[in-house]
Amino acid sequence: MSKEILLDVRHLTQQFHLTKKIKVKAVDDVSFQIHKGEIFGLVGESGSGKSTVARCLMNIYQPAQGEIWYKDVNICDKKEFKKHKKMLQTCRQMIFQDSASSLNQKMKVSDIITEPMRIQHITPPRGSFVKEAAFQMEYVGLENSFLDRYPSELSGGQRQRVAIARSLCMEPEFLVADEPIASLDVSIQAQIVNLFRYLQEEHGFTFLFIAHDLAMVEYLCDRVGVMYHGKLVELAPSEELYSNPVHPYTKTLLSAIPVPDPIRERKRVLQYYDGEGMENSVWTEVSPGHFAMLPAEGKGCSIS
Amino acid sequence: MEHLLEVKNLSVSIDGPAGEVRAVRDVSFSLKKGEVLAIVGESGCGKSVLCKSIMKLLPPSAKIKEGSICVNGQDITCYREKEMQKLRGRVFSMIFQDPMTSLNPTIKIGKQIGEAVVIHNKNYTKEQVNKKVLELMELVGISHPKERYHQYPWQFSGGMRQRCVMAIALAADPDILFADEPTTALDVTIQAQILDLLREIQMKLGTATILVSHDLGVVARVADRVAVMYAGKIVEIGTAEEVYYDPRHPYTWGLMRSLPAFANGKESLYTIPGMPPTLIDPPKGDAFACRNEYALNIDYEEMPPMFKITDTHYAATWLLDPRAPQIKSPMGGIVHE
Repeated sequence: MSKEILLDVRHLTQQFHLTKKIKVKAVDDVSFQIHKGEIFGLVGESGSGKSTVARCLMNIYQPAQGEIWYKDVNICDKKEFKKHKKMLQTCRQMIFQDSASSLNQKMKVSDIITEPMRIQHITPPRGSFVKEAAFQMEYVGLENSFLDRYPSELSGGQRQRVAIARSLCMEPEFLVADEPIASLDVSIQAQIVNLFRYLQEEHGFTFLFIAHDLAMVEYLCDRVGVMYHGKLVELAPSEELYSNPVHPYTKTLLSAIPVPDPIRERKRVLQYYDGEGMENSVWTEVSPGHFAMLPAEGKGCSIS
Repeated sequence: MEHLLEVKNLSVSIDGPAGEVRAVRDVSFSLKKGEVLAIVGESGCGKSVLCKSIMKLLPPSAKIKEGSICVNGQDITCYREKEMQKLRGRVFSMIFQDPMTSLNPTIKIGKQIGEAVVIHNKNYTKEQVNKKVLELMELVGISHPKERYHQYPWQFSGGMRQRCVMAIALAADPDILFADEPTTALDVTIQAQILDLLREIQMKLGTATILVSHDLGVVARVADRVAVMYAGKIVEIGTAEEVYYDPRHPYTWGLMRSLPAFANGKESLYTIPGMPPTLIDPPKGDAFACRNEYALNIDYEEMPPMFKITDTHYAATWLLDPRAPQIKSPMGGIVHE
């Protein structure tokens, strides 16, 4: 795998105003890099800021502080973003969690898939929009008979495939998937994850995969970042993270993976993590490529 | 031991624009007191319709075609709305999938739980209702119930909201609790907590629970018995140990193998080929035959009966017929003795 850095997030902070005076830090000083051609996983419980990070990367939110470098462009800078807008909006694509609400209910599947091309004024490389849609449909494993249907006529897994086809028709370099499998059945989840793997090998795009299901992330991703309360607490290659978790929150998450084995599962003890010792933690490198937020040496954590 | 709930040969059809959807086909099972039965299957296989048809919460276009539902030995199949209302809450109550939509966002949590208490105990004084609400909130593990009493649903996290829904469901101390995918909308960590809570309540109050889920991994923690449903039929039913360690139906194998826990190494995950059949015109033979790599010719012709494996373990597949060829289960073990 090449070590060329595609995306560089530096000290990203995002705040939301609850009232005029009270602010919530949804993302707090998060830094990480995504290499070209890798599948990067981001996990954490709901409300930990995963989706906010994704939305900042896609320029849906304007971050309060920090920089995001996509190739050589600082996408947080409004002037630079405007200058490279066309390149950025075609190179980056996003797949949303809920396919029922992210697809226009009043458009046919073929129109949904080719809509990004219409918006960006791209002539379809395969002759016509319908041919292009048919090609992409076949690519994600849908029959051509779905072309003239509406999203409400499709099942959840099929709708998610349409959303994937829509994002792929722009031949993106960087794909963000925000919990794409959370609302699907287990058997369909496996299909979609297999599809992601296959497409990633075919296209070679860089992939940011957001999920709260650690089992699927382990299977799919090359590197995994763990988020807790807006902070990145651990970042490691997935094998390393699963065999040797360092941060207590990562251990909690790992202990929560259900095992399909009644006797072992009933004995499984859940671990809890309440953010103990987060205040004076520093970002340390445990082993090469494996980073974690650990209590600063000497100070220790004495809050409990 | 007497059965609390007994469902015999139940068939439910829903009239739709495209024709009659046979959502539940010939389903029989029973539930003992204080037992947790998990119903597992893909979406659209009729799990929710089955639960709702027992509680009679289905729209008027749905009809019970055949079969009977007995609660405490009483046949409730022909009960009307008025009679059902007396049973709902006291005999059975339900937890829905999405805690965001099953609570009223404009009413304080305490009042919403109180509503359920008042309906079942009309002569309670205000103080008694309050006391009961706080008790319920404590039972489902909501910390600081007194402060939380005056908060709105949007001030609660997803897991806490699901706890509130459980408190409402438990207000009248029901005998049977239906939990329709109670953890699907929740995180992995919260999911385990809610399942533990379900188990704890079931131990404390002796409530029999029917847990509906699509994930075999999740139900392993709480289920005493597991029923696997496919295309409106129960295809395999048995104790949790039997179904997990010795699954017999090819569909159960498929469900198990598609879990990432069984993806040894990094090859692709197993997926069940094809799509579930539409229930408008279900196939003549075994509905799973066209997706089944072990399908026999008879599967396309005739519906397999429930074959008995042990006293508690049944599966509907022709593979268990003594005339069928021996097939090695992909989960280990041989199907046919």
